[in-house]
Amino acid sequence: MSSPVAELHEDPLLRFIFGKLDINSVPWHDPIIMGAGFGMVSAAVIVIGLTTYFKKWGYVWSEWLTSVDHKKIGVMYVILALIMLLRGFADALMMRAQQALASAGGAGYLPPDHFDQIFTAHGVIMIFFVAMPLVIGLMNIIMPLQIGARDVAFPYLNSLSFWFTVAGAILVNVSLVVGEFAHTGWLAYAPLSGIEFSPGVGVDYYLWALQISGLGTTLSGVNLIATIFKMRAPGMTLMRMPIFTWTSLAANILIVAAFPILTVTLALLTLDRYLGMHFFTNDGGGNAMLYVNLIWAWGHPEVYILVLPAFGIFSEIVATFSRKRLFGYDGMVYATMCIALLSFLVWLHHFFTMGAGADVNAFFGITTMIISIPTGVKVFNWLFTMYRGRVRLELPMLWTLGFIITFVIGGATGVMLAIPGADFVLHNSVFLIAHFHNVIIGGVLFGCIAGLNYWFPKAFGFRLHTGLGKVSFWCWLIGFYVAFMPLYVLGLMGMTRRLSHMDNPIWQQYLIVAAVGALIIAVGIAAQIAQIVWSVIKRDELRDETGDPWDGRTLEWATSSPPPFYNFAVTPAIGNHDSFWDAKQTGQAYVQPDSYAPIHMPRNTATGLLIGLISVPLGFALIWHIWWLAIASFVAMVGIAIAHTFNEDRDYYVQPDEIKAIEDARFAKLKTEA
Amino acid sequence: MHIPDKPTLHKAKDPHTELADHHAVDHLKKDDHGHDHGASHGSVKSYLIGFALSVILTAIPFALTMMKVLPSQMLVPVILILGVVQILVHLHYFLHMDTSSSQVWNNAAFVFTAIILGILIIGTIWVMTHLNHNMHPGMMGGGMG
Repeated sequence: MSSPVAELHEDPLLRFIFGKLDINSVPWHDPIIMGAGFGMVSAAVIVIGLTTYFKKWGYVWSEWLTSVDHKKIGVMYVILALIMLLRGFADALMMRAQQALASAGGAGYLPPDHFDQIFTAHGVIMIFFVAMPLVIGLMNIIMPLQIGARDVAFPYLNSLSFWFTVAGAILVNVSLVVGEFAHTGWLAYAPLSGIEFSPGVGVDYYLWALQISGLGTTLSGVNLIATIFKMRAPGMTLMRMPIFTWTSLAANILIVAAFPILTVTLALLTLDRYLGMHFFTNDGGGNAMLYVNLIWAWGHPEVYILVLPAFGIFSEIVATFSRKRLFGYDGMVYATMCIALLSFLVWLHHFFTMGAGADVNAFFGITTMIISIPTGVKVFNWLFTMYRGRVRLELPMLWTLGFIITFVIGGATGVMLAIPGADFVLHNSVFLIAHFHNVIIGGVLFGCIAGLNYWFPKAFGFRLHTGLGKVSFWCWLIGFYVAFMPLYVLGLMGMTRRLSHMDNPIWQQYLIVAAVGALIIAVGIAAQIAQIVWSVIKRDELRDETGDPWDGRTLEWATSSPPPFYNFAVTPAIGNHDSFWDAKQTGQAYVQPDSYAPIHMPRNTATGLLIGLISVPLGFALIWHIWWLAIASFVAMVGIAIAHTFNEDRDYYVQPDEIKAIEDARFAKLKTEA
Repeated sequence: MHIPDKPTLHKAKDPHTELADHHAVDHLKKDDHGHDHGASHGSVKSYLIGFALSVILTAIPFALTMMKVLPSQMLVPVILILGVVQILVHLHYFLHMDTSSSQVWNNAAFVFTAIILGILIIGTIWVMTHLNHNMHPGMMGGGMG
């Protein structure tokens, strides 16, 4: 690859117009990068071409791009996550292939410079652009339905949050072709990420992509907290909220409390890189260790931002498919909030080896072990919910069982890593890699896929195909163990993480097994795509007219599938948790009211889309030092936001006639079903 | 824990239902005015008191620094304490936080924020002091801790 330092244009005019960008910023000679870039551009062209060919732009624009409907925004989050999963997983396959080939002294096929970018991109994409959008997407689709709300508290803000996330994802993908991505690892530790050791634009792509998408995440956290506190249906006290809503609340509180730390830390690094400041350099009074401290003060809560909603998903699924009320609801709530607070007390366990000494390490080691107690409470609650229940092994339940076993193993290795003495051996080894993939794949990813299978019929009105879903599940589960158990062994044998070339034939056999595991997971992902495509083709056979395909317990199943845009024709009143289950037991579900009142709804707006998309040229210009474009984009964003405040026509009333027509059609279908 | 005796789905005439029903858009409309937050608007007098206190609390650290009346080990904590006091003044006089029952959620959020900030600031100082102590023994004048 070319030298990462772009040569500045000599001509001041060219430098003014293009900043650091020139024709050599694109690595034309690298077949892997150009192939991937060509693939991405072709895919985009195909999507745009098909939309144009079928004359669907009006539909896409008014029903999706400018929509402020929480369900549609949630679906778009999930689509973004699935697309980025393919990108992040391609990175994973490349790393596994490289390490399998280049562990016995072989050359492999990737130069170290490219390998470094791949593991950085893999981590950044999987956390920020797969796990986060999946979790936020599911919260968006389901949480307002669970509390009987019409939309989130600030629908336009929700759209803006989503498009900021998309903008961050676009910047990461642009970095593949124009310039480079960071070589620093997914948290861009200083001083490596400082201008002295990373003079290229890679870290700048990292910084601005995360700042823009992080802004969206923070706003989304504010929005969903306000929704949960202010918009619950009458009668739904906090202790009657479904567990998924509780865990969403905890996750969003963590977002609001933790993401500002990330924003500030990245801003300080940006000042170091752009204005020659010295927060994290050793000269000028800076301290690189402070960066590590701060980034993990965000990073650890982030882990729980991802996994708490997954715990909520499993809780809903276990109760539904065991046909029992969740065992220990109160305990589940307190465990969730305990984990949320404790997650702020453990961050140092990510850098036990940095030299803090015995007192500090012991404190953080103990707090880390304490977190396993409320987590254990949850595991036992799920087990006791299944105990003597009528467990139905539908797809969501399969993923849940796979999760419980896998997550307990990952949790156990986590407690091992929490022992500071043991961590001195395991720190930065592939044992750690195995551990956190064990909890993130086994916890977050299994949870989100379980949630997708569980709530897909709610969002689209038909189920996902069971057979292909089972293929996907077993490939993921087996593939996970084949791919990551060897890494535990390798870690104990002393293999450190992020190695592009090694010369140790004993390791190679394990790395080949791990690569085979990654291929099995690839089959699982292919089966998942096939499952979605096949289910869309066979949607009439998989159709669910009742709105309640799983015999559910919580409020989201009370409305039709997909729900009408106003969610509930009349706001439900809540007498208990599992209120829909109670209503079904007492025959009060599916009762059509005699008349309807007008429903107050927000109008669609393109403002969020425009501001979000203009943040792409803003980020790009800041990365390449194209100051005129940065200023112009920023002024445009602020201008559009201000113009939006003059728009008074933001809401309307759905009239009773329209509601009655929609609801009559639904009740007619319910009758034919019965 | 009782089964509701009313039907689960009922009409939007109920005042509570009405509230939840319109909240989504109420927020859009009313947020600019802040009426539905439970916080009162201050009077001119309260704003002036807040302003005067802020000026005084800013002037003191300025004066202390410029006149060099305190040794620097004392000066920094004094400035920090005055800064925290000023935060409280702003919260009370400009953001209208008080202990009334309508403010329970604001106060809960504030206490939570204070706890998190406390954990982060105290924790970071503790961690970084240890790290400096162990990693830069010369600078901090000590050996391994």
